[in-house]
Amino acid sequence: MTVTPLPTAPERPSRFARVRGERHLGAFAGSVLVALAVLLPILTILLVAAGSSGDTWPHLLRYVLPRSAGTTFLLLFLVALGTGIVGVGCAWVVVAYDFPLRSFFAWALVLPLAVPPYLAAYAFGEFFHYVGPLQSGLRALFGFTSPRDYWFPDIRSTWGAALVVTSVTFPYVYLTARVVFLMQGRNIADVARTLGATPSRVFFRILLPVARPAIVAGIALVMMETLNDIGAVEYLGVRTLTLSVYSTWLNQGSLEGAAQIAAVMLVIVFLLLSAEQWARRKQRFHAARGTQMRSRPPRARLAPMRGLTASVALIVPILFGFGIPVYVFGQYVSRRLYQFSDPQVLQAFVTSVTVAAITAALTLTLALLILNAVRLSRGASTMFLVRLASVGYALPGTILALGLLLSLARLDNFIDGLARSFAGVSTGLLLTGTAASIVIACTIRFLALAESAVRSGLEKLPPNLDLAARSLGKSANQSAFMILLPLLKPALLTAAILVFVDTVKELSATILLRPFGFRTLATHVYENASRGAVEDGAVAALLIIATAIVPVILLSRPLMRDHNT
Amino acid sequence: MSFKMLQFCKAGVAALALAGGLAASQVSAMADGVVNIYSYRQPFLIQPLLDAFTKETGIKTEVLFLDKGLEDRIAAEGTNSPADVILTVDIGRLVNAKEKGVTQSVEDETVNSEIPAEFRDPEGHWFGVTTRGRVIYASKERVAQDTITYEELADPKWKGKICMRSGQHNYNIALIASMIAHHGEEKTEEWLKGLKANLARKPNGNDRSQAQSIYAGECDLGIGNTYYVGIMLNNDKEPEQKDWANAIKVLFPNSQDRGTHVNISGMAMAKHAPNKDNALALMRFLGSSEAQSIYAETNYEYPVLPGAKVSETVKSFGEIKPDSLPLSEIAKFRKAASEMVDRVALDDGPAS
Repeated sequence: MTVTPLPTAPERPSRFARVRGERHLGAFAGSVLVALAVLLPILTILLVAAGSSGDTWPHLLRYVLPRSAGTTFLLLFLVALGTGIVGVGCAWVVVAYDFPLRSFFAWALVLPLAVPPYLAAYAFGEFFHYVGPLQSGLRALFGFTSPRDYWFPDIRSTWGAALVVTSVTFPYVYLTARVVFLMQGRNIADVARTLGATPSRVFFRILLPVARPAIVAGIALVMMETLNDIGAVEYLGVRTLTLSVYSTWLNQGSLEGAAQIAAVMLVIVFLLLSAEQWARRKQRFHAARGTQMRSRPPRARLAPMRGLTASVALIVPILFGFGIPVYVFGQYVSRRLYQFSDPQVLQAFVTSVTVAAITAALTLTLALLILNAVRLSRGASTMFLVRLASVGYALPGTILALGLLLSLARLDNFIDGLARSFAGVSTGLLLTGTAASIVIACTIRFLALAESAVRSGLEKLPPNLDLAARSLGKSANQSAFMILLPLLKPALLTAAILVFVDTVKELSATILLRPFGFRTLATHVYENASRGAVEDGAVAALLIIATAIVPVILLSRPLMRDHNT
Repeated sequence: MSFKMLQFCKAGVAALALAGGLAASQVSAMADGVVNIYSYRQPFLIQPLLDAFTKETGIKTEVLFLDKGLEDRIAAEGTNSPADVILTVDIGRLVNAKEKGVTQSVEDETVNSEIPAEFRDPEGHWFGVTTRGRVIYASKERVAQDTITYEELADPKWKGKICMRSGQHNYNIALIASMIAHHGEEKTEEWLKGLKANLARKPNGNDRSQAQSIYAGECDLGIGNTYYVGIMLNNDKEPEQKDWANAIKVLFPNSQDRGTHVNISGMAMAKHAPNKDNALALMRFLGSSEAQSIYAETNYEYPVLPGAKVSETVKSFGEIKPDSLPLSEIAKFRKAASEMVDRVALDDGPAS
């Protein structure tokens, strides 16, 4: 420790205190370890990509990448646009206006989050199909008799896929935008209102620009989720990069080629993450000004007709993202009620919940660990590591799982070799032969989600809290545990719930890594879907949605409370 | 370390211990009297067979269903892999397993007597268990002819009338590979372009969706596997599927000349099988007449055992004359077929 003659030299302005002379090597080393663990499967894949794929790469470059990348970008663009408009629009209407059923909509708009994209894709495919209820109804209404009598948009297209993904992911944007509308810019909005601006003018001129960073952050999450999706695009026949990864790997027998496409996807991920980080930086600036967290937002009361219009407009996204899937699967379920007592389904339910709970706890712990390291060191290198720790979210689950499998199995066999030669016993496959690998895979995948939610909470706290605690003689860790952690409770809850819900929905990593007899609700659905009989997985599908709803409702309740006090 | 932090760590340890607990429940898979199966075939489809096997031999079965990367997983697990038997559909995956070095040779008189030579690897690394024809579903209403050839699918008379699932799906890749084996790459590419131009819509859905589309009037012809028709015809819970199946007739392509392209579902013994004897017992059983008739009755596939009966439903489609080209020949052209699908942009559909 260096002795400084002038102990009161002014600190560089920084969001959280770094007290001179303190060293936080432990925290830094911890976050480095976490980041390395998270990067392990990704580095493995990059290593594979560096290998020669023979004549596959020129083929990919010429015939596969341009088309797949084009499709992927179009899909990303449409989904970003869709979730942006729907998410922000809904958040604004719910926050700024008063109308009948407003508080119902406030939480019901989160429901689509409970529906995995692969289930939504199937449900939409059936619902909008020629023999589905919608077109049958239209034919009955207008007297059409064949598909050549009228035009109907094809759900199995890039546009259709964008509709499906938008319908179930817009709540990410809705949630972030809503929080910002509630908590930020309240003062400036009030000033604008007193100066005579209409609510919509306040929205476009003041609140939207202020909320932009948070909206971008929400959309970045959505885009990463879109990028990693395989189930929906495969079913709808949309050739994205992710789908090309699979056909290159499985049909052309080139894991190297597949890894090379995955590497291209990583570049897109980094672009997304940079955009998100840029947005966060701006947000920090704004957040410092809008700390009136408890102020009651003045809501403009809508006239009856306009209130009705608002309700109708808000019910549409809920019907799409939640109504259609529940309707389609509900029909199958009504013919299979006995499956609710099927021991396999029950066991799958217990496994899903257990794994999701463990993953949520572990992921949250790691997110806190690395964010604490950022808080203490604030160095560029720590920030960079944190960024890196997020990329797992955007990779297709199977590719991430494959990278993990290759590296963990090597570790397992190494340990087994050691045990055999020194102790004469075999330890077998400690990680890849057990459910541990699934927890690890999901943790790596969803760390970005937890980290992003906790960070949003951390950035909303005024920095002087930490400083005050420190100046009153608390250590950095004491301050973290006694002051910051309790204040972060809502953010921690949000993070835990998001990870829990996504783990319940997770399919592709689980299916590649699971041990014998390990069955989650998602794998149960898939076992049936993959033999062309989704109907037989309908009960499990509905259970996934139901399991995810409980925490989703929990998630929206604290928001409501903030709102109504 | 503060007290709270300690608690926090404890919570983490508890979580890991729980994970360990989950893990411990899996150890049974290593016990005696067990055969461990890594399967690309859905548990639902093979469970009746495995139950019969356990009843007869007392050997318990453990099934791990994977849809992608089965070979990669066994390869990564190395000598510690618990896999005994690999069950899969599609010749390509069987050949791939052999090439990746995750199988071992089985020279067993019983197995060899059950499974005809054309359905097994000459070196004993894989064995076919059932076959399924890649056939044409045709609208009963709108298609008059009762015979067809694969070559004919490129005929402009079908413009806007053909439906299929993704060209990158295993079953279609194998079909295209068989075309390459018969006609060479150049001619097959011409054919594939013609087929693409005849599509009614972008390839999507599964084989059943193609029947659904024919029922809906979206297209007149669909490419699909035989057994899906059987499953649809006997679906009592979703009677609408019976309507789809009743709207179509099954045409066996090229039955006048070289025969219909068939693919196999098959089995192999894993290279480091820990329960080798049990694995062999299972493989013998799957070739037995008992297992073969279960396959035929419940899954509507064609048994490989000479003399084993097909189900009444399957019989009603008519007689199948399988293409006699060895399957290993077809497997050779899989990569070429997959690249051709990319090159022709088959999955972009008719418009582009």
